[in-house]
This record gives sequence, C-alpha cells and structure tokens, in this order.
Amino acid sequence: MKLKGTQILLKALEEENVEIIFGYPGGAVLDIYDQLFKNNTKHILVRHEQGAVHAADGYARATGKVGVCLVTSGPGATNTVTGIATANMDSIPLVVFTGQVPTGLIGNDAFQECDITGITRPCTKHNFLVRSIDDLAVTIKEAFDIARSGRPGPVLIDLPKNVMAAQTEYDPANVKIRNYEAPYRPAPKKMANLLEMLMAAKSPLIMTGGGVILGKASDQLTRLARKYQIPVTGTLMGLGSFPGSDPLWMGMLGMHGTYYANMAISHCDLLLAIGVRFDDRVTGTIETFAANAKIVQIDVDPSSINKNVAVDLPIIGDTTAVLNDLLKFLDEHNYTYEAGERKEWLDQIAEWKEKVPLTYCQNGKVIKPQFVIETLHKLTKGDVIITTEVGQHQMWTAQFFTFDKPNTLITSGGLGTMGFGLPAAIGVKCAFPDKQVVDIAGDGSIQMNIQELATAAQYKINVKIVLLNNEFLGMPRQWQELFYEKRYSHTDMTYAPDFVKLAEAFGVVGLRATKPEEVEAVLKEGLALDKPVLMDFRVSREEGVYPMVHPGDSIANMSLGSREMIN
Amino acid sequence: MEKKEHIISILVHNKPDVLARIAGTLGGKGYNIESLSVNSTMQYEISKIVMTTFGTQETVTRIENQLQRLVDVIQVDDLTNVESIHREMILVRLNLTTDKKEQIKKAVDTNKWKVIVSADTYIILEITGDQSQIDFALAKLTPLGIADITRTGIIALNLEN
Repeated sequence: MKLKGTQILLKALEEENVEIIFGYPGGAVLDIYDQLFKNNTKHILVRHEQGAVHAADGYARATGKVGVCLVTSGPGATNTVTGIATANMDSIPLVVFTGQVPTGLIGNDAFQECDITGITRPCTKHNFLVRSIDDLAVTIKEAFDIARSGRPGPVLIDLPKNVMAAQTEYDPANVKIRNYEAPYRPAPKKMANLLEMLMAAKSPLIMTGGGVILGKASDQLTRLARKYQIPVTGTLMGLGSFPGSDPLWMGMLGMHGTYYANMAISHCDLLLAIGVRFDDRVTGTIETFAANAKIVQIDVDPSSINKNVAVDLPIIGDTTAVLNDLLKFLDEHNYTYEAGERKEWLDQIAEWKEKVPLTYCQNGKVIKPQFVIETLHKLTKGDVIITTEVGQHQMWTAQFFTFDKPNTLITSGGLGTMGFGLPAAIGVKCAFPDKQVVDIAGDGSIQMNIQELATAAQYKINVKIVLLNNEFLGMPRQWQELFYEKRYSHTDMTYAPDFVKLAEAFGVVGLRATKPEEVEAVLKEGLALDKPVLMDFRVSREEGVYPMVHPGDSIANMSLGSREMIN
Repeated sequence: MEKKEHIISILVHNKPDVLARIAGTLGGKGYNIESLSVNSTMQYEISKIVMTTFGTQETVTRIENQLQRLVDVIQVDDLTNVESIHREMILVRLNLTTDKKEQIKKAVDTNKWKVIVSADTYIILEITGDQSQIDFALAKLTPLGIADITRTGIIALNLEN
C-alpha cells in the first residue's frame, strides 16, 4: 500500500512504541501536524522548542526509553540545539525531528531554512537529512537504533516538506537496517587481572557514574559492593545507581563532593570506575586524582578510556554484561577479602565521615536551602523523582537529598543547562503520571524556561516546583565571593517577578515560605495538591555550597566553609 | 611522549557529510589534518580516507577512538605502526618563456621527470614518490621557477593484511 511521508512517519513511530511526542508546529511541519490531528497521536504542545527537547530528555532519563520531539524548520530547529547538546553530553537517547524547506529550495536561503544537520553535527550522536521518501522508513528505524545502542545519544532527522508529502510503499517488515554496534564482551583475561588487583588491594573503592544507570546495572553494582564490602562514591550522574541510604555509600565526589568521598579517592589503592568519564569537576587536578590507586575503568565507549585519566586496566563493554561477568568470575574463583584489612579501611572512612559530615546550620530567622531539601526528602520519604536546574540548588540537591534508586535524579550534568529542570519534570510526569515529580529550582534557572508553566497548566501535568529563591545567580556569586573579592558583577537578581503571582497568571498554584517554620507546611500543602504548584522559598541569600574544591586544585584540598556551617 | 606524523587509513560509508563529520570531529577537538586523500574503494558505497596528523601516540589513539564512534566509520587503522608504503603526487607547470628554458629541459632529462603536457610556452610535469622524494624534487624545481603546482595528500597501503 502506498502511504504519504507523514503517514509513514507516524507508523514508524508506532513500530518504535513511541507513546508521546513533545513538539511545536510551524510552516514546514504542518502536514505532519495535520496527520497527528487525524491519528489523534499523543502530543504535548510546549511553549518553546528548547522545552520540547528537555521534556523528551526528562522522559528518556526517567524511563530509559527513547524520547521524541518534533519541531519546525529554521528557528524551530535552532531552538533545539541547547536541548540536544544537553542530551549529548549526558548520553541520553533522543530522536529529534525537524522540519526542513522542500529539497528544491535547500541552499537557497529560503524562508525559515537553516542547515540544522550542519549545526548539530558536533552535538548529536548522528544526524540525517532525508532526501527521498524511499529513505524515510529506514532512516527512522536506524535513528532509533543508533540513539539507544552502545553509548546512547541524541539523533536528529531533518524532514524536507516535499519528502513528507511524497508517497511510497511502506511495509514495516521490509525495513532492514545494518547493525551498528556489535555487543562487546571483555576477554576472560581481563577478569583474571581484575581479580588479582582486588586480591592485592587493601583499600578498594567503587566510583559509579551515569553509565551504570544508562546500562541498567544498578543491581549488579549493588551486589558487588555489598557482597565484597567495597565502599561506593558516585558522580552527579551516578546518584541513585547505588542506594544512598546504604552504609557503604559515601556521597558524591569532586568539586562539591563530600569530604570523606574525596579523602577516600585520594587514599584508596584500587579504584573501580564504572560508567564514568572523569569530568574535570570530578577529578580536580588530574595528577593528584586517585594518585595512590590502580584504576580500573569499565565503560561501553572506548573513547572514554584514557581520555582524561590514564587507567591501569580498561574494560570496554556494557556495564551490566561486564558486572555480571565479574560477579560470576569472583564467585567461581572464591574471591574473599581479608576481613581485618577491610575493616581497617571502612573504619578509616567512618572516621572521615565523623570528622567532617555534610552539614549546614539552620538557625535564626532565615530559611536555609539545604533545610528545604532535607524536609522535602523527609516528607516524600524519597518516593519521588527529582529534576533540577543548574547551580547551587543542584549541588545542594546532590548533597542533601538521598537517592536510593536509579532514574530518580534527572539533572543536566555534563552541559550544565539552566532551564532544564521544569521542562524535564514535565516529560517525567508524562511518563509517570502517578508519581510525585519535583523540580528543585533556583530563581535564575527557573526564569530561563518559565514559559513551560503554561504547558503544565494546559495539560494538568502536576509537577511541583521547589524554588530556592536567593535572589542571586548563586553559583557565580559564590565564585565572585571567593575569587573576585565579592565584586558581584551582574549576579544580583533582586529585580525579579513575584513568583507566586507569576504562577497564578499561568494557572499554576503559587505558594510562598519566608520563615523556617513555614517550610514544612508549604511543602505539605504543595505536594498534596492535585495541581501544578510553584513553591517560592525565600532562602538565605549568601549561603555557599560546601565542601568546595577550588578549580584547578587537588580534590583532597577542600574548603569547608565557615565554622558555623560545619559545627 | 614523542610527537610524529601518523598516517591514518579510514574506511567509511560513502555518504553525504561523512568527510565533514570526520573533519569536524578532529577540528572540534583541536587536532589538525596535515594531509588528506579520499576516494571510493572497489565498492562504490565504501570510501577510503587516508589522512595524516601530527601528534603523540596517545593523541592519535584518542583520535582513532573518536573516529570509531562515528556511525559512518567502518574501520580505522594507524598505518604508522605497520609496514606500509606511502605516495604523493605533484603536478607542476613550468613556464618556458623565461631565460631558464634550457635549464628546465636539462633538468627534466637528468631527473627523468614525466612530462604529461608539452606546449610552446610551458610544460606540465607529473612526479610521484614518497614524501622525501617529493620534497627532493621540489628543491630542484623551485630554482627553475614554478608557475603553478598541485600536491595530493598522502596515500598509503600496508604491505600485508
């Protein structure tokens, strides 16, 4: 049967089990939108194309499925770039469809034309311009395969208007694609090497990252750590891959990592780095990072190995497959750790934990942001999916909210995209309508995609926004305090909208707390409402994120903030 | 670590954009392509790219890994570490209208350069060889007055599979 391009597109999406599209119409995609209307396809109309990509990204991070969005040509396409780059840095599987002018006009500077495949080449895993209707079905199938295989990532498909209007035969059974990534299994010799290293180690440490969550390897990782009593630290992207309430958990490492995690990294003699890429915010100066340790790196992407940190034993492979192999190998070879040595190491860590715990001081009349986060955890018992924007509130969330399960912290780690959290929360809530979804936000970030409140209100997507409002761009302000003698150049955000009134104008409930004793009541009320809610917490203006490793310094060298904070 | 020239051979799917992807991957990460040669293989849908870049073994391994990530890249080989032969070609136009006419004719005879076009006022030479042979030829040609020249990128082939 002959079908039009627009029909093939929607049929191909059905084949991929796509449940929802986040998008925004425009001239070049009106034919596709007409087909959406006829098919009654589930589509969420965002208020800015960047929001569409972040929403699809949030959906993908929470479900592990491929997120899908659809936008028009030209500015519609360019508005997706920040979202695509965000997903690319954190290896999130997306397929982004962009409209394009008819093939005959490409290159003529037509109205709303832009070379979006050229623009997104460096920030997609791959992209396509579909030049012929006969390539459409196979391109879509390839795109989904590429997005989710190996190290996942965003794929963009550019759809010229005339191609979508053309007709061709379509039979999903006849759409064949080549296989991109052969499943890679490490040689048994690697496992033997790793066993030797474990046997020689007195103070081993696991460092878990986003690759464990993307590879769905949390169970294997947890079994490995618990069975052999190996303490675990994690990157921002790794939070939730190991239960945060387990005594072996040491919190996040790196620039705003815990004192004890950074001390453990600096003193361990074996580091098992799993699904991490050694970002500079994690390592501090490379020379001093895990300087006393042999490093084992397990990652699906060969280009992540030896990129920033030279490793002693690289193991390339899917994290679940490798950890399953490892657990089996250790079991078969009756690996046991030396109990006395291990106790000494765990006692040392306990001592560091006691010496400098993560702490803050909620005294006086001003709300401390960390207190809001801790109260949120207490009230939800952690049964919630958290998204964040980017900045101080993001680091406080990483420090003070306990994540016990994978896919429960949705945050822009690599690119650090302000404005990510609200649209991402909308995407998450679309995937899990019955789950409490909370965007922990700052007053700077929330204003970057505040228009998506309208999306939440229109579709009754009942996300909750916990706004930690310090009337500053807090993270740059903290750096200005520390490194620029408190010259707060353009970081003061005192001139801001009344967020409660703003929420109400969008049809969203607005609540406010200005005193510590109001925090719990406002959170309780906001969380209980079956509506989207923005809760404006007026917090301490110049609270800092501590511990902090100064940029370019060793992660063993932490500044701990004022005495009052760590008392 | 020692920096040196590396010759990298890349098999790719012959698709639009594939060269741009490779150039972008290297350029975006700050690596320079010193020389480049591209054409289809015996199968039209697969192309071979031979390029040279300058760097340490560590850098080049990183480049290979980055290239390997590209969807359209089939295989990447560093021919520097295996036995391989290398060739470049130049096409050179020399004007015969100057007082060097006799000198040019003599040099062509002595060096057994291949004349592919011979006109009244100019000749065009085709010279192939490895890098040092080409550099040697250029040293001899320069004093004769090169009117125009085109030099290909390096092509290379490993001796055994």
